Amino acid sequence: MDLTFTEPETAFRDELRAWLADNHPGEEPAGEDAEAYQWRRDFQRRLAEGGWAAVHWPVEYGGRGATLTQSAIFFEELARAKAPLPANVLGLLLAGPTIMAYGTEEQKDRFLAPIVTAEEIWCQGFSEPEAGSDLASLKTRAVKDGEDWVVTGQKVWTSGAQYSKWCMLVARSDTEAPKHKGLTYFLMDMEQEAVQVRPLRQITGEDEFNELFIEEARIPEQNVLGGVGNGWKVALTTLMNERAGLAFFLQVRLRQVLDEVFAEADGRGLLEDPVIADRLGDLHLKAEVLRLTAYRGLTAIERYGQPGPEGSLTKWMWSETNQQLTQFAADVLGTQALTAGDRWSYELLRARGNTIEGGTTEILKNIVAERVLGLPKAR
Amino acid sequence: MDFDLNDEQKEIKQVAHELLASRSPFSKVREAATSAKYDPALWSELVELGWPGIAVASEHGGQGLGAVELSVLVEELGYACAATPYLSTATAAAVIESAGSPEQRSKWLPGLASGEHTAGMGSPELAADARDAAVIVLLDGDEASLLARAEADVEELVTIDPTRRFATVSGEGEGLGAGAADRVRTAIASELIGVCQRALDMTLEYVKDRKQFGVPVGSFQAVSHRCAQMLLVTESIRSAAYFAAWAADADPDRLPEAAALAAAAGADGGREVTASAIQAHGGIGFTWEADVHWLYKRAQLDTALLGGARRHRAALARLGGARVRSALGAAADR
Repeated sequence: MDLTFTEPETAFRDELRAWLADNHPGEEPAGEDAEAYQWRRDFQRRLAEGGWAAVHWPVEYGGRGATLTQSAIFFEELARAKAPLPANVLGLLLAGPTIMAYGTEEQKDRFLAPIVTAEEIWCQGFSEPEAGSDLASLKTRAVKDGEDWVVTGQKVWTSGAQYSKWCMLVARSDTEAPKHKGLTYFLMDMEQEAVQVRPLRQITGEDEFNELFIEEARIPEQNVLGGVGNGWKVALTTLMNERAGLAFFLQVRLRQVLDEVFAEADGRGLLEDPVIADRLGDLHLKAEVLRLTAYRGLTAIERYGQPGPEGSLTKWMWSETNQQLTQFAADVLGTQALTAGDRWSYELLRARGNTIEGGTTEILKNIVAERVLGLPKAR
Repeated sequence: MDFDLNDEQKEIKQVAHELLASRSPFSKVREAATSAKYDPALWSELVELGWPGIAVASEHGGQGLGAVELSVLVEELGYACAATPYLSTATAAAVIESAGSPEQRSKWLPGLASGEHTAGMGSPELAADARDAAVIVLLDGDEASLLARAEADVEELVTIDPTRRFATVSGEGEGLGAGAADRVRTAIASELIGVCQRALDMTLEYVKDRKQFGVPVGSFQAVSHRCAQMLLVTESIRSAAYFAAWAADADPDRLPEAAALAAAAGADGGREVTASAIQAHGGIGFTWEADVHWLYKRAQLDTALLGGARRHRAALARLGGARVRSALGAAADR
């Protein structure tokens, strides 16, 4: 057991810190979402030029071949420097690794490089209005027509679809097969008339994600990923990456917000209030336990090649803690945190999504119960 | 970064787990509780393995290992809910080794490491294993002192946990150095990892087996989600207590915060998980025969030994506040 960074890990961190100090993108531009998005896209280009955009990818695909711990350090440092996540985060964390796992040589050559440079942005077309937690029941149809697949259906919660060139799309290619067997994973070109993107307004008032209306979109057969009928297996690879990637960025962000709440409480003389101190102590405990548990999960994967029981817990811990934290901030700040347009009111509202996005807490508990604790399938 | 037990520590854990499964099953725990006597045979075996002196230097007859190894052993003794003065004795020995004066070390450690003597541990209001001890580690807030049994006034206190002897203690001890109180709390929190893990394992076994409405009750989300929550809390205590045990030897500057994390996590978490185990067992869980109540009672008393969770959360709030102030100060200086 050694909870310090090794020499190569420290060297990696120091090099990255120095680079971030020289290449920091500055404050996020206020105003239009599109402007902020462009800012993140420019920042990713700069990351790519410095060789930092895809640290966890193999060198041959434009990455650094970083270890898992170094990759965790990358996300921690990005958050610590108050730099944004790269614009093409779904491409880097989800599409890229899935293509590396299942793609043909041609697909790897075609798709990976523009992900790193943010030249081609990716979105994720999995959920549907009637297929949320029960993803495998999705209904978007793919029918073979000559050398193309013709796709019709509707997708929802597609973050960044308005900026995307490509979509990781799961559709039903065989209606006769059992529900998990009839799915195929496609790489769909978003730049066609048959794909319409409609923004979805969230409880924060912004539209980070969208609905996709797909009416006979055409996908050439060379854009099937992992073989016809293997969509469920390929999609699971994407989802596994979804749970692993962001934990360290989010963990540091949570710590920063907690430190701000500490400062706000201190500024109001509230640290002497035993009830306030008790809640702050509890949040400090939860933030530290999250960080420590995330590191235990990392060690388990590095040592045994698979996550231990703690690996399933961090997203659940983070989302609940972030909700408690933002609610507590509202108690400390009073009406300021309920004022439209205030940064804290945004944090409060945005946090409600945390226990839903990327797998609801209820589904995470099912996964823990069935796969970690070996309990019978839930009903 | 390597946040896991090493192979040797895992082996110690495995040996302890297997030994206690055969030597200290619940039938033995019940026997000890009923007779209000520790099993001398179990103590001899622990002594033969050299475990009371696990964190004592070899020059004083110990194993020369550290706080992580101690944590691993008390975790397994907690898992067994073993009725033995091990936690107090081995922890007191570790504390004297790391925070005692040379005189205190040479006076007490050989007897404790060899198992000839036992030690007590706790606060004036509630101390474990003080009556038959040679020496007692006494906490008063964050201060720790060492009190010879001969100098102490010890009055037995019969608690709801008859698997362990408790007493109130008064007397003037000699001060112990930095980290003593934190090491005590780290060890108690480590015992609670084992208590929780056992409560979870027993619950899983029960809800997989027990059928109602024609299916195992563990297939109901109301039950399975409770079990998932028990895992989350157990692993939270493990993360914090292992961190504290590591910091005790490897990074003492971080020990105060790490020990407060472990104590805060363990004090509330132990009670939550063991209470949840009783609930998941239904009516059976409320009976004397079901054995989960031993874990619940142990968790209650361990929490009392820790002084409750609130004081540790208050300490964390002070640390967090100080950190933010110093960061703000540093920013203002720039």
